[in-house]
Amino acid sequence: MKITDWVIVILAVFSVTTVVLFLVGAPPIDAYMLIFKGAFGSWRHFAQVLNVWIPLVICSCGLLFTFNMGLWNIGVEGQIMLGAVGSTFVIKACSSVFSPSLILVVAGICAILGGALWAVAAGFLKIRGNVHEIFSGLGLNFVAQALILWLIFGPWKRPGIASMSGTEPFPKSLWFPVPAGWRVSPFMIGLAVVLLLATAKVLQATRWGLVLKALGSNVKAAGVYGISVNRNLFFAMLCAGAFAGLVGFFQTTVIYHRLIPAISSNYGYLSLLVVMLAQYNWKPVPFIALLFAILQVGSIQLPLMLRIDSSLSGVIQGLLVLTAIGVMYARRRS
Amino acid sequence: MEISWVFFTATILASSAPLVIASLGETFSEKAGVINLSLDGTILLGAMVGFVTAYKSGSVILGTLVAGCSGAVVASIIGIFSIFWRIPQVAIGFVLALTCKDLAYFLGSNYTRIKGPQLENLPIPFLSKIPVVGNMLFCHNLMTYISLALIPLSWFYCFRTRPGLILRAVGENPIACYARGYKVGKIQFFYVVLGGFLVGIAGAIYSLGVKPGWGRPQGAEGIGWIALALVIFGGWHPIRVAFGAYFFGFLQALGVILQNVWINVPAQLFQVAPFPLMILALVLVNRPTFMNRFFSMFYSRPPEALGKMFSLE
Repeated sequence: MKITDWVIVILAVFSVTTVVLFLVGAPPIDAYMLIFKGAFGSWRHFAQVLNVWIPLVICSCGLLFTFNMGLWNIGVEGQIMLGAVGSTFVIKACSSVFSPSLILVVAGICAILGGALWAVAAGFLKIRGNVHEIFSGLGLNFVAQALILWLIFGPWKRPGIASMSGTEPFPKSLWFPVPAGWRVSPFMIGLAVVLLLATAKVLQATRWGLVLKALGSNVKAAGVYGISVNRNLFFAMLCAGAFAGLVGFFQTTVIYHRLIPAISSNYGYLSLLVVMLAQYNWKPVPFIALLFAILQVGSIQLPLMLRIDSSLSGVIQGLLVLTAIGVMYARRRS
Repeated sequence: MEISWVFFTATILASSAPLVIASLGETFSEKAGVINLSLDGTILLGAMVGFVTAYKSGSVILGTLVAGCSGAVVASIIGIFSIFWRIPQVAIGFVLALTCKDLAYFLGSNYTRIKGPQLENLPIPFLSKIPVVGNMLFCHNLMTYISLALIPLSWFYCFRTRPGLILRAVGENPIACYARGYKVGKIQFFYVVLGGFLVGIAGAIYSLGVKPGWGRPQGAEGIGWIALALVIFGGWHPIRVAFGAYFFGFLQALGVILQNVWINVPAQLFQVAPFPLMILALVLVNRPTFMNRFFSMFYSRPPEALGKMFSLE
């Protein structure tokens, strides 16, 4: 898509949103200003935007692998949850054994393993069980949600009373280190950028990236050429799951410092939208993730100030993807 | 003991009614060859529209019908995008599933946690007086009766009438249908919209009957995905699909009972558990080797042209 197409899409979506806001009886200009202020009003707000941007970018990187192969990895939500469970498990189990920095490293590895395990399970069901990845992924999302609820209300419940507010917060020494005065981890921003560049490199400049694209555009031809569908499906899912697991680690150790029922914050589904809007290319991903993060954080104030629901951000994001897909296909035909 | 069994069965029949209607609607749409993946969002949108309309107008029937229309509108978006513009159905459906859910929360946020009208129970005269069966089958609300009637009706329509034959033919071999002189795109569009209408009605049954009221969360979240899974694993056959829907209702009702038996297990777990259990059960049934010898009635094949868009090029 060219720049002009993007402008058309954004103008179309915001005119539709403005009409919807008028219908609901909310002042549209005030709503947009509030979103803008909520995202850029202060360093604290912008740090929150970055804290949404990081998981969206990391998760989208993983999804680029599966989407390039033509796989619908909807199970990414559950993979994030399993990553969070993995890192919480390490922090709960080993806090008296290792030094804090070592624990964080082990927790990160365990989170990646957890996410990868969940993704590979969906891949296994597809290869062996002949179940479409959308449904195995959804099923595993439900299982992951049930697992987290069980852990929070069962073995890892707060002393005294178990509640939806999550497990006991981790001791401060086990929080992921953030420089004094910063509200966002510069290490994590760097990691997200490095992972994005690495993903781009692998997909564009290696043989495996080409293999994935070949499978995505024509499975039969790739099979005839001697490319194993199942093995590449397995590794693509493994990559997506590992990235999602890392997001789970980020959510538990950097953001919430405990395990909560909504630990994935819907970032899995949001990342699917990000990658779809980016048309499965890596280049637009950081910008779209930034736009989505701004909408996500900016809309938090909407219910308090204007009495309109914060799900407005979700509506705008969805409309953006729908319109972009429409415009893209209209261009392709003409 | 016998009375509680009757009550248990009646509860399952009533609480599965929306799931039956939604999955039958999706069956129609997929038999015509179009996957409507937006069910989860459409059901919530229908629930919100149905509740708000019924609250404003005081008429439950009007609310249900308007909810159906909202579902039909969403389905027509999918129809236009996929049938006429040939954009991948799964992508459009998935985006709509998320968008409609947020749209429902957004538009309905002024109507949360208020008491509104509900579907009333209409015992059928004479029949409801029959011992056991009367309480089980003939003491429900209107929509439950409709869901029960819809199962044999849709089977009859699909497999014993001429329009049903054309519906299946369009999903199996659109090119032959085109050669035979049928307008494939229009027929597909009609069934997608019809399916969406039924899904919207299913949403209204949640907010007006099974889980009365509107809120965030409403309680119908996730049901749309179950309905989609039911259609696929129920083999695109109305009766098997409905059977699956009742099995899910059974699991949910069982959760409510076990919740009172095992008090130290958190209640939230019982609300979530039916979803993974259902998907796992369907996966087991779907195993091509071992299980199908036992559950041969579940053996099935998707419509040949499912998800592939018909074009003349």
